[in-house]
Amino acid sequence: MTGGLDARLVVERDGGFVLDISIEIEAGMTVALLGPNAAGKSTAVGALAGLIPLERGHIQLGDRVLDDPARGWFVVPEERHIGVVFQDYLLFPHQTVAQNVAFGVRGSRVQPGGSVSAWLDRLGLSELARRKPADLSGGQAQRVALARALITEPQLLLLDEPLAALDVTTRAQLRHILADHLRSFAGPRLLITHDPTEAFLLADRIHVIENGHITQVGTPEDIRLRPRTSYIADLAGSNLIEGVAADGVISVSGHTLTAADTKAQGPVLATIHPRAISIHRNHPEGSPRNTWQTVVRRIEHYGDRVRLQTSDPVPLTAEITPGATSALDIHEGDSVWVSIKATEVTMEPGSSVAAVAPSVDDAE
Amino acid sequence: MRVASSARSRRRPPLLLVILAGIGLALFVMPLIGLLFKAPWRDLPELLSGPTVADALRLSLLTSIAATGVAAIIGVPIAWLLARVEFPFRSVVRALVLLPLVLPPVVGGAALLFALGRRGVVGEPLNQATGLVLPFSTWGVVVAVTFVAMPFLIITVEGALRNLDTRYEGAAASLGAGQWTVLRRVTFPMIAPSLVAGLLLTWARALGEFGATITFAGNLQGRTQTLPLAVFVAMESDRDTAIALSLVMVAISLTVLIVLRDRWWGAS
Amino acid sequence: MNTGLRTCLVAMVTAVLTISCGGQQDRGSEVLVSAAASLTDAFVAIEEAFERANPEIEVVLNFGGSASLREQILAGAPADVFASANLANMDVIVQAGLTVADAQVFATNSLAVAVPPGNPGAVAGLADFARPELLLGVCADGVPCGVFAREALARTGVEPSFDTNEPDVRSLLTKVEAGELDAGIVYVTDIAAGEGRVEGLAIPPPINVVASYPIAVLSDGEGRAAGGAFVEYVLSADGRAILDQYGFGAP
Repeated sequence: MTGGLDARLVVERDGGFVLDISIEIEAGMTVALLGPNAAGKSTAVGALAGLIPLERGHIQLGDRVLDDPARGWFVVPEERHIGVVFQDYLLFPHQTVAQNVAFGVRGSRVQPGGSVSAWLDRLGLSELARRKPADLSGGQAQRVALARALITEPQLLLLDEPLAALDVTTRAQLRHILADHLRSFAGPRLLITHDPTEAFLLADRIHVIENGHITQVGTPEDIRLRPRTSYIADLAGSNLIEGVAADGVISVSGHTLTAADTKAQGPVLATIHPRAISIHRNHPEGSPRNTWQTVVRRIEHYGDRVRLQTSDPVPLTAEITPGATSALDIHEGDSVWVSIKATEVTMEPGSSVAAVAPSVDDAE
Repeated sequence: MRVASSARSRRRPPLLLVILAGIGLALFVMPLIGLLFKAPWRDLPELLSGPTVADALRLSLLTSIAATGVAAIIGVPIAWLLARVEFPFRSVVRALVLLPLVLPPVVGGAALLFALGRRGVVGEPLNQATGLVLPFSTWGVVVAVTFVAMPFLIITVEGALRNLDTRYEGAAASLGAGQWTVLRRVTFPMIAPSLVAGLLLTWARALGEFGATITFAGNLQGRTQTLPLAVFVAMESDRDTAIALSLVMVAISLTVLIVLRDRWWGAS
Repeated sequence: MNTGLRTCLVAMVTAVLTISCGGQQDRGSEVLVSAAASLTDAFVAIEEAFERANPEIEVVLNFGGSASLREQILAGAPADVFASANLANMDVIVQAGLTVADAQVFATNSLAVAVPPGNPGAVAGLADFARPELLLGVCADGVPCGVFAREALARTGVEPSFDTNEPDVRSLLTKVEAGELDAGIVYVTDIAAGEGRVEGLAIPPPINVVASYPIAVLSDGEGRAAGGAFVEYVLSADGRAILDQYGFGAP
C-alpha cells in the first residue's frame, strides 16, 4: 500500500510477556490500539519507534522496511521518520516551547513542513513560545508535544495515550484539536489508548489488544455493538449518546434523558452501560426516570450474556441474561419497555464533532 | 482531628543533633581561626610579593585548571561507559577508576613514577621513542593531580547519568537526532548541574594536591612548585611565608566555592 | 537496623576506644627518637643494639628532614631525643629551652654525588650539575643536605640547573636509585646505605662540606630518663662503632 504501515510485531519482554500483533494502517486512516494497562501497548510503541528491537516479524512503512529480524535489517530510530507523541510528552525540560518544537528540524536531516512559528500558531502556542515545560499545564504540554512531532512531517504518526494525563474537561477540548490534526495528517496514524471513548471518537478502525494479542479488529461501531471478549464488552460495549445537557436533562434527537448530574451544561457525551438497562414487557412502575417503549431490532447471544439492540427514540444496546430473555419471551421485532435509572446515566462534556470551536486560549 | 498551628509545626531541631553538628563545625572552623590568628598581617604584602608566591600561584591555577580539563575530556566518557554500557568486569573497572580516592596520594605518585617515569614501564619506551619526560615537568604536575582528582568527576557524572530518564533520549531519537546530537543537545544539557558540581570538586581537589605532585613531578620553583608544595617548603625555613601562602590558598578556594554555591545546591 | 550498618558502628566504636585507651600505657619505658633522614640505616642498627642491651626500653624511631622535625618539636611533638643533620636546626631547639642540656656532636658526614648504576648521564662531578639536559636533584633549601649541597656548589662556582628540590635526602636517593634522576647530591653515608643501588662520586675535600650531627635529650618528653640512656649509648664506643660502619665520621 502506498505510504501505509504494515507491521507484525513480536517482542519478548522480561518476565515472560510476549507481544504478538499485526497492524495494517492505510495512509489517511487512524487506527486505535485499545487495551487495558500492561496489555503491551507501550511495547508496541517502542517497537515501532525503533527503541525496542523485534524478535520476529517486520515493520514496513510505505516502501521502506524499518525492521526485519529475519533478514537482519534494522533502521535506527533517528532514521525512521515516525512522529511520536509520548505518554508523558517528554518535552525537553531545559528547552523552551519554541526550542522543543524546533528540535526535530533544527540542523537535522529533516526538512521542516512549515516554520516553527507557523506550527506554534496552528496549535495556539505562540504566546507560550518562551516558556519552559515546567510552567505549562497538561493541555499546553500536550499541544507542544504534538507540534514537535508534526513539524518533522513524519511518515507515520504515533500517539501514545495522548490524553491520559489530562482532566476530563481538558481532555474534551483537546480531543477536538487532536481530531483536527489527525484528519489533516496525510499519512497513517496509530493511536494508543485505554480509553474507549477516545478510540470511538478518533479512530476509523480499532484493534483491541489484550495480554499481548489482538482480540478484535473492527470499526468503532463493530466494537461497540458486537464486542467479542468480556473486556471489550465491559469497557467498550457501552452506549455512547451525544446530546445537550441542561440542569440534568439531556436532549437527544427529540427525546430527553434524565441524568443525576445536574451541573453539566452544554454538549455532552452520555454513557449508559448495557447492564444498567432493564427490559420490561409492560410499562414499568418504579423510580427509574428514563422509560420508554421501543422495538427490539436484534438479539445476539454470547454465552451467558444476551445483547439486545433497541431502536427509536434512543437506540441502545442492553444486556440481560439468557434466563431473562426466555422468561420474557423476547424475540426480534417485539415491542418492549426500556428503563434506566438517572444515576446510571454518566456524562462527560464534549462531542464527537467540533460543533463549537473550542476555546484554545486556556482557562486551564 | 489534630490541627497543628504553623507556630507549633516549626519545631526546633533535636538538641543532640545541634550539639554534634556544632562540634563538627568547630572542627572545620578552628584551623581557619588558627591560621588567621597566627597570620603576619603586617608583613603580608611584602611576603606575598616575591617571585616564589607568584610562581606558585600561577602554577597552581594553571595545573589545576588544565587537570580539570583533562579530567573532563577523558573522565566523562568513562562515566558514560560505566553508566550506560554493559561490559564484562564493569564493577572491577569502576573500582579501579575510583582507586585514587582511597590510595594515599604519595603512593599514587610513586606508582605514576614506576609507570610513567623515565625508567617506567610505559615511560621508558615512550621516552626512547619520543624523548618525552613527564616527571619533573609542569605536565607531570597535571598528570599527577589529574590522577587523584578525576575520580570525583567520574563519580558525579556517572551518578547523574544513571538518574537521567533515558526516555528523553528516545524522544530525541524519534525526532531524528543521531547519537552525538542526542548527547550534545539532550543528555549533557540535562546533567549540566551535576557536571558543573563535579568539575568544581575536581578542580578543588587538584588545587590542593601535594603528595602525588611532589613524588611524581618533584619540586622546583616556577616549574613544578605549586602552592601546597611551596607551603610545605616554606614551613621548614620560614613559617610566616608558609602562613601567608596558606591564606592565599584558603582565599582562592573559599571564593570559588562561595561564588558557585548556588549551582552546587542546584545539582540534585 | 540492618547487619551492615551494625557492623560499621561496631568497627567505628572499637576504633575510637582503641585509640583512646592506647595512650594509657606507661611511657617511661619508651623512647621516641626524632632523627634526620640520613641517619636512617645507622640508627635502626643502633636501635637494635640498644634494645638488646636494655630489654626493658623500647625505642621508637621517627625519621624526616631535620627542618620538619624541628618544626614538629617546636609545635610540641612528644619526642624524647632529637638528632639533627646540622647545627642550625638544633640551635633553634636549644635556644627555645626545649633540651635538658646542651647538644653534643656525635658524628660527622660529608657530601657525595649519587648516580644510578651505570651512570647513564655520564656525570663526573659537581661541574655536571650545570648541564640542563640532565635531570638533577638536591634537597630543598631548608633541609641541611640542601644547605650543604648549595654551599658546595657555590664553592665550585657552578650555576646549577636543578629539576627538583626533594623534601628529604631519602626521597632524593630513591629517585636516583630508580634512574628517574641522573644525579643527586646526598651524603657519603647514603651511598654506603644504598648497597650498590647507587654509585657514588666523591667530592674533593676543599669543595666538600663537613656536616656536624648534634644530638640532645628533650625536656618535654615523657621518656627523659630512657632518652638519656639512648644518647649515652650513641656517644659510647659501641654507638661510635656502628656509626663508623655506616660511613659516618668521628665527631
